[in-house]
Amino acid sequence: MTIYLLRRLLWVLPSLFVVFTLTFVLVHATPGSPWDESDKPLPASVKENLARQYHLDDPLPKQYVDYLWNVLHGDFGPSYRSVERSVSDIIGATLPVSAMLGIASMLFAIVVGVPLGALAAVKHNTWIDYVSSLITVTGLATPPFVRVSLLIVFFSITLGWLPTGGWEGIFDVRAIIPILAIGLGPAAILARYTRSSLLEVHGQDFIRTARAKGLTETAVVVRHAMKNALIPVVTVAGVTLANVITGAFFVERIYSVPGIGRQFVDSVSGRDYPLLLGIVLVFALLISLVNLLVDLSYGFLDPRIRYR
Amino acid sequence: MTTRAVTLNAPVPMRRPANLWRDAWHRLIQNRAAVISLVYIVLLLLIAIFASAVAPYPFERQDLDSTDLGPSAQHLFGTDGLGRDELSRLVYGSRISLAVALVDVLIVLFIGVPLGLIAGFFGRWLDVLVMRTVDVLLAFPNLLLVIVVITYLRAVLDQPQGPLLAIIGGLDGITGGLLGVFIALGLVSWLTVARLVRGQVLSLKEKEFIEAARMTGATNARIVSRHLLPNTLAPVIVAATFGIPAAIATEAGLSFLGLGVRPPLPSWGILIAEGVRNMRAFPHELVVPAVALAVTLICFNFLGDGLRDALDPKLKVD
Repeated sequence: MTIYLLRRLLWVLPSLFVVFTLTFVLVHATPGSPWDESDKPLPASVKENLARQYHLDDPLPKQYVDYLWNVLHGDFGPSYRSVERSVSDIIGATLPVSAMLGIASMLFAIVVGVPLGALAAVKHNTWIDYVSSLITVTGLATPPFVRVSLLIVFFSITLGWLPTGGWEGIFDVRAIIPILAIGLGPAAILARYTRSSLLEVHGQDFIRTARAKGLTETAVVVRHAMKNALIPVVTVAGVTLANVITGAFFVERIYSVPGIGRQFVDSVSGRDYPLLLGIVLVFALLISLVNLLVDLSYGFLDPRIRYR
Repeated sequence: MTTRAVTLNAPVPMRRPANLWRDAWHRLIQNRAAVISLVYIVLLLLIAIFASAVAPYPFERQDLDSTDLGPSAQHLFGTDGLGRDELSRLVYGSRISLAVALVDVLIVLFIGVPLGLIAGFFGRWLDVLVMRTVDVLLAFPNLLLVIVVITYLRAVLDQPQGPLLAIIGGLDGITGGLLGVFIALGLVSWLTVARLVRGQVLSLKEKEFIEAARMTGATNARIVSRHLLPNTLAPVIVAATFGIPAAIATEAGLSFLGLGVRPPLPSWGILIAEGVRNMRAFPHELVVPAVALAVTLICFNFLGDGLRDALDPKLKVD
């Protein structure tokens, strides 16, 4: 187990390194700089000074090694756009907001998606199953920016129940629409996987045994079937995280949530390459860690699985 | 199923020989959601092809005297902030979405399938090379990858250096930025199909019929193209169908962020972005393109579900 964990951890590093190098090369191969686009063109001497200040006049290998060294010390360098805040400051300020939003969305997805899928499986081929599959397909098919737009129009503009944007912490009513908009995608994924894996488990002998010994249907489903059906569901945790991250790009921007997703989108349109590079690295780290956790969780869910 | 009396010694009626595609078609048209979706998609296709005849106005025609109108007889879905007819923009926008769908399928067929076949059939270093690439690219959210790449592409194509890039940049300009979207899609949309085809080939190539083909002196090329390829087609069709809504959503998302198709071309993503800007005062400008996009994506998903059920031999129990 320990050896497996160590080996998996060691595998995370090279893949992060590849992401880091690729993004660095791509960003530095991109022509143009944020100073090209301003309405008043800057004098050449100012540009030179800016280049010197941001070490852009160093040879590329030196920039690469320096940057790598700084990143390993938690310093992502200065942001092009924001003078007073470094990339690390920006990430440090926006990541917690997105993390809270992401965790709340995941909780919502689990609380809605798993029971929805279970209900659909238990009531297989009835209207409940069909309604649930319609909800699931809608959640799977609509991109987050469509979901958040329609939610705002419906709940904020037509009904006037919720504000049309903003962020006052996760326990404020303003968090409802972002959580719904981000969470519906993962909820649909979870519902679909729960349904199909419950249907598969349902035909097996231990379920018949549980029924034969006189357990109620609820007890059979909740205590016996679900426990075994959830293993494949955990597999999709990585996919749902990807869903949450890309969902946050749009939802945070449209709903004016000061999170890291919005920073990412702004860094793209503002050509703030150090910020873009830093955020991509943070995402890569997050995704690698979640994939590792998913792999490790199999052993706890199913003791028959052994790590080698 | 009809019940009928069968006498034991009666001659068994000749059954038409089973045919995968005909059986699949019969199963597909029994699936109501899939049929409705198919009808919608065909309609959308016709609308896109005959956009100039269907659309009541040119999509870029501005009428500054009638901006932000609500739905009326003259403008079925109203007008936008520049007085452009929403319905016409929606109709022309369907062309972009379906062009993306078409290119996505082409990428799947001409990049994903061959790479999967090669990796699965020849194995060894080719397999390692293709599959490691797929693994690395699949490890990160598609959209994240696409956004990073297209940021680079945009900058390169806007200031092209060298003749090749100038040609590509020129084409990108003519197509209103679609070429950049296609290149970015080309990076990610073949991945799952390549992996799928490779898996199929790995199991198929050990089967007896491949051995038999080899014994009759078939060349590698013939085995791959005549024996392996047709047998992987069913799952490829299903995967390609599910890939289409993902590609359409990616284009809409990129255009929404201002990284995809350039205005005034009316991509549905751009229409939604403009709608978001005006949503407080004129929500219909947002709802119309958002619902159009959502319905289209849902229909492709239902069609994919239907095709999977129709083509999956495991469900074939008659």
